[in-house]
Amino acid sequence: MIIVGGGATGAGTARDCALRGLSVLLVERNDYSTGATGRNHGLMHSGARYAVTDGESASECISENMILRRIARHCVEETDGLFITLPEDDLQYQQTFVEACQRAGIRADVIDPAEARRIEPAVNPDLIGAVRVPDASIDPFRLTVANLLDARLHGAETLNYHEVEGLIINQQRVEGVKLLNKQDGSHVEVRGRVVVNAAGIWGQRIAQQAGVNISMFPARGALLIFGHRVNNMVINRCRRPANADILVPDDTVCVIGTTSDRIPIETVDDMRVTREEVDVLLKEGIKIAPSLATTRIIRAYAGVRPLVASDDDPSGRSISRGIVCLDHAKRDGLEGFITITGGKMMTYRLMGEIATNAVCAKLGNTAPCVTANQPLPGSEEGAPSQSDMTKRYSFGQRAAIGRHGSLAARIEKDNDIDNALVCECEGVTVGEIKYAVHQLHVHNLVNLRRRTRVGMGTCQGKLCSCRAASLMGEFRHDVKGAQEDLAAFLDERWKGMRPVAWGDTLREAQLTAAIYEGLCGLDKAVNLQGKEDVQ
Amino acid sequence: MADSMQLCNLSENNFEQCTKCSICTTVCPVAAVTTDYPGPKQAGPDGERYRMKDPAYFDKALKLCLNCKRCEVACPSGVHIADIIQRARMKATMGHRASLRDTMLANTDLLGTVANLVAPVANAALGLKPTKLVMHSVMAIDKNRTFPAYSRQKFTTWFKRHAAKAQDAYPNHVSYFHGCYVNYNFPKLGQDLVKLMNAMGYGVHLLEKEQCCGVALIANGLYKQAMRQARVNTASIRQAVGTKGHTVLTTSSSCTFNLRDEYPAMLEIENSDIRDGISLATRFIYNLVDEEKVKLIFKQDYKRRIAYHTACHMQRMGWQLYSIELLRMIPGLDLQVLEQECCGISGTYGFKKENYERSQAIGSILFKHIENARVEAVATDCETCKWQIEMSTGLPVENPISILADALDVEATRRANSAGD
Repeated sequence: MIIVGGGATGAGTARDCALRGLSVLLVERNDYSTGATGRNHGLMHSGARYAVTDGESASECISENMILRRIARHCVEETDGLFITLPEDDLQYQQTFVEACQRAGIRADVIDPAEARRIEPAVNPDLIGAVRVPDASIDPFRLTVANLLDARLHGAETLNYHEVEGLIINQQRVEGVKLLNKQDGSHVEVRGRVVVNAAGIWGQRIAQQAGVNISMFPARGALLIFGHRVNNMVINRCRRPANADILVPDDTVCVIGTTSDRIPIETVDDMRVTREEVDVLLKEGIKIAPSLATTRIIRAYAGVRPLVASDDDPSGRSISRGIVCLDHAKRDGLEGFITITGGKMMTYRLMGEIATNAVCAKLGNTAPCVTANQPLPGSEEGAPSQSDMTKRYSFGQRAAIGRHGSLAARIEKDNDIDNALVCECEGVTVGEIKYAVHQLHVHNLVNLRRRTRVGMGTCQGKLCSCRAASLMGEFRHDVKGAQEDLAAFLDERWKGMRPVAWGDTLREAQLTAAIYEGLCGLDKAVNLQGKEDVQ
Repeated sequence: MADSMQLCNLSENNFEQCTKCSICTTVCPVAAVTTDYPGPKQAGPDGERYRMKDPAYFDKALKLCLNCKRCEVACPSGVHIADIIQRARMKATMGHRASLRDTMLANTDLLGTVANLVAPVANAALGLKPTKLVMHSVMAIDKNRTFPAYSRQKFTTWFKRHAAKAQDAYPNHVSYFHGCYVNYNFPKLGQDLVKLMNAMGYGVHLLEKEQCCGVALIANGLYKQAMRQARVNTASIRQAVGTKGHTVLTTSSSCTFNLRDEYPAMLEIENSDIRDGISLATRFIYNLVDEEKVKLIFKQDYKRRIAYHTACHMQRMGWQLYSIELLRMIPGLDLQVLEQECCGISGTYGFKKENYERSQAIGSILFKHIENARVEAVATDCETCKWQIEMSTGLPVENPISILADALDVEATRRANSAGD
């Protein structure tokens, strides 16, 4: 069977299928987790946000939330979350909210505003109400990679930079996919008994290639990344969901978001963040945590939610936030083709289970789903304890354990070189880069960043990118390629900084430009014009 | 709108103004000699982001920081890098019990009080090889180190017996924060200051209450005690500066820096009202000469070749020029100004067995410079630099105040500065 799409859903489906003994190929046109998976809040919802408006999603969230705490420990930080009521909000809503949470099975404790200020000092001190819920923070890049690793461990094959050019259809049956290898330009056909369309918002195009119609309703959301954490708990506004009402502590940074705008399907690849979006995010963000007004913003980014029309309503007026699994044999008379879409990054595992159930039904496989109980690679028992961490491991090693969990044991750390920091902001060592390049499907620096956090810190690649490029050039014996990759990476970093390029972020960017262009002449050495955008 | 809101990015310790240029790391004396220390940028602004995520990310390599502040001097963005590192150490070790060794090294005044009573015995015992070996193995104080000799008489005792009465007769007045070194080890420096100030027409007075400034307490993690002593000192200085209108003079750059800058930055003791009233004696005297309020007349036959070493904390204050220019006023003094390098001792740091080799490796560049300068003595404003340079080069090291007092024609200066002269 073939899975199209290397986001969390595709990866989760690949893992589930592989664990049930199916022969799996996953293809992704870009890098893994480049779509909505890598372009959200990094929030592991408790479900509280949906409790009032969408009880079903809320229940799914809390159940998956509890599962992920077990199976994906190394991707999750158990921060808990607050839903705060500000003086401009209606305190009555808190009651409605808490009752809805209880109905969905979400623990929701009303706490005193003073207690909220104590446990989360960054919160707006003017708050008049607070509810504590089991929100958490999750790293979608790690989560996706862990699923892919486990899928491969169980025999699956996964290919990034392979784009579906068309489906092989024979007598109302999808029999495989035609692929373009974007790295060498070659074309290849792969056959399978079932093709699962897990391409998110791009799933509409894949379906079109099969001659079936799915109505997606892309909803775009923009977010801002701040240079460091101001909060250590997720902070939400206790009101009906609106713009910029969630602040999430993600790893070393915090992220405010999102906006929400319907956009035409033709524009889903345009991820540029506008000045208006930045303004809205800041204006609303400082109501949650006033210190955001003076905290350095390092990047802006946007993603597209793959909302889908309810299938019984072709007009598209009724949109579901829930999971949609379409068996196109029943729906469109096309055998061997399944679409899994809708849902959230948060419910990727459940989506994988539902899609795999549909695949198994077709193939007559009766193996049970075990993904809810079996820990992902990296989250097995035996990770070092907190006190062990401080005693036995260097800073870089601890940062790596934080990222890779028990898999960090595979990172070489026996000498000064392997322990030397490549990325000082995020504590990425030479050993970790080696591990990522050799074992985690890294083709370029952008891939490397998603696997390790190289270049995600406040300098946005100023110091680490040339060190990392030099290592990549060494591993691949390709200096020219490494140079081009370096230029493309710095360009990609600048794109995210541009919407927020003022103050220290602008100084930072100017120094980077002065070093690479002024001092090293990188712009002269490498011509990026006409190169395909790596993003 | 966004630009009007985000006028400045200013979080605690302004670490986010760091643009990762890494100049600080290039001037860090520790990073230059060991790969165990990641350098001030990583230990400071970079590591701070991780510590904000989880304090458990505190890196024990931060203990290798000398707190020399050279990183802060070099930083083009004005980031208080060393402060970030020191505060991180403080948070990580708050509530831990300091070791006996560290407590002993940190309590310079307690040790001094005891040692003064039995000075000849203490000096002899501390200098004996068996004592050194016991201290090396039991206390982890390096066997190569020699404790500064203790004086038989404290400076304050001498002052009360021989100098105090005469001070009121002078037309102008200053207070003097003598510090532990002057009081217990080397009263002569205090006596030299009194001699110098008196000749210029200034009476010298002790503070109402003076305790050890606590620089070693902070470095060794005895924060509560440091805070108690800092409060006592700040109150006494406030009385001298506010009530009496005195400038409070010092003869140690580290005490000065601690009283003025580390109290608010490390111990959160507000002193902005009196900070300008605390001055190193050389700076005070230089300004008096510069404003033509006093005249200094030196001996005709004075002739020496001396090198000036800028202590790291002196450089952090930017005050080395006062000492250098004042010394240059001495006609017979051939002054060689050394390029600023860290001597490696950093207070009690170099006394610890685990730091000894690193300490000497750091200082080696300075020692080479001193050797090349071919001088008979070295001048510096810091007493711990003095011990380190004396031990490592064999040359005598003197405080600029002592050199000035030695070169001064006291009678001529006194006459030149007497009213109506």
